[in-house]
Amino acid sequence: MRLTSPDFLVARDVGFGYPAKGRATPPAVLAGFDLAMTEGELFCLLGPSGCGKTTVLNLLAGFLTPTGGTLTLDGRPIAGPGVDRAVVFQSDDSLFGWLRSIDNVAFGPRMAGVPRDRRNAVAREYLKLVHLDGQEDKYPGELSGGMKQRVQIARVLANDPKILLMDEPFGALDAQTRTRLQDELVDIWGKTRKTIFFITHDIAEAVLLADRIGVMTQGPAARLREIIPVTLARPRRRGSPGFGEMWERINALIEDDAATESLT
Amino acid sequence: MSVVEKPPRVDALPSPPSVIAQRRRARLRAMLGSEYLLYAASIAGMIVLWHVVSTTFFKPQFFPSPAVVFTAAVEMLRSRELFEHIGISLQRILTGFVLGSAFAAPMGLLMGSIRKVRVIFDPYTQFFRFVPSIAWLTPVVLWFGIGEVSKVLIIIYTTTFIVLINTMVGVANIPPNKLRAAASLGATPVKAFFHVTLPATLPFILTGMRLAMGNSFATVVAAEMIAADTGLGYLIFNSRLWMATDKIFIGIVCLGALGLITDRFFRYLIVRFAHQYGPIE
Repeated sequence: MRLTSPDFLVARDVGFGYPAKGRATPPAVLAGFDLAMTEGELFCLLGPSGCGKTTVLNLLAGFLTPTGGTLTLDGRPIAGPGVDRAVVFQSDDSLFGWLRSIDNVAFGPRMAGVPRDRRNAVAREYLKLVHLDGQEDKYPGELSGGMKQRVQIARVLANDPKILLMDEPFGALDAQTRTRLQDELVDIWGKTRKTIFFITHDIAEAVLLADRIGVMTQGPAARLREIIPVTLARPRRRGSPGFGEMWERINALIEDDAATESLT
Repeated sequence: MSVVEKPPRVDALPSPPSVIAQRRRARLRAMLGSEYLLYAASIAGMIVLWHVVSTTFFKPQFFPSPAVVFTAAVEMLRSRELFEHIGISLQRILTGFVLGSAFAAPMGLLMGSIRKVRVIFDPYTQFFRFVPSIAWLTPVVLWFGIGEVSKVLIIIYTTTFIVLINTMVGVANIPPNKLRAAASLGATPVKAFFHVTLPATLPFILTGMRLAMGNSFATVVAAEMIAADTGLGYLIFNSRLWMATDKIFIGIVCLGALGLITDRFFRYLIVRFAHQYGPIE
């Protein structure tokens, strides 16, 4: 694992609230959210549904603008969507149904003005990386759920971003497909050395994938409660030594948080 | 559109483009071919029913049988009179329909995509879509005369609002993730419009056009009844004065058949060229 200084992706005191009618200050979804990511690391953001995980991702992607605090990637402030940050969505409705999978993957290079031959070569290469060689001419509607998520992953890799932002990308898949894609993601991460920010509510998934797991507090006004480094050797299995203990530890943390919340 | 290009492959797999073409042909066959007989039988059944009902319950002057109508139609075809009516009606419909769609689809895309444009034009859309084209017949004839211009304008009008509103609905239905994905993949707003908004909306535009085609048929008849001396609407209305029910039925059958054929053709185009843009039926 390459550990450089933890200032690649930095969120400092970030706050966010959706504007509400008749209120000067919108109710906070996030407040005092701090995060520092190292280049090349696989970071999992873990938290219960509705705690604001996706809001964090939308802020990092530039789809939303924070109401307070600063966000920087590689020293540059984040303002609006940009090709340095690529997003893999949970839902496959982000694929372009009228384009063949190869053209979906080549979309980013096409926007950048890369000529057809070159961008098709790049797209073919990344489709191969996600084990979709031979499916180049299929439309998304002709692919299974797992294949569509592979197309999404290939599509963001083809654009060579600095960081991958993944929003529960395997959440809607069946258990077997999910397990395979988790393994493949670790594999791809190993090959490409991309920095990955991965959202999940599945503790086992986070333990399986992450270098570090950031556990969020329950919303509203959510922030990062604790960051837990996962030092288990890779490749990891659910039965690996230490896996269960790690799972229990994180689960206890979340339950403890839920208990505190319900008391207040 | 999916330009089927040959990738420079050397492996032994069957070439994917031919597989896609095969699948597409199979889909077309399934839609048009296998139910063809049933379709024909249904039409034949309708003609038989028409014959039975008209000869059993009605005097021929009130409800002519298919045979009577067919004989009269042959007569009109021989004198080329029917061709003239059909030709001029079709010409009016298609001109108005094409011009109306060509105006309404881009307008709907703009109104759907740009809030300010929507706010400016929404009152007009919501106002005029409730005023049927027939209500405009007299003013339009007063302003533009009884020539072709008036009739085509009326059909443009009737086409516009249906295509426009369908297009706007299409834009509103684009999943936000598609536009977000495009933006983070480097699409500028203008590129996102042409590469995402336009193709994602195409099925809605085509559906709007199919609906508008039906309204164009209804409108042309109304326009020709009031201000024309040719066309199927004129044929129907003028025959009324002479109690020529057989000719009225010729007009009715021609309208229905033309509508059915154009709709089939439209559906064929959608299935053939735009099936991957989204499910239509």
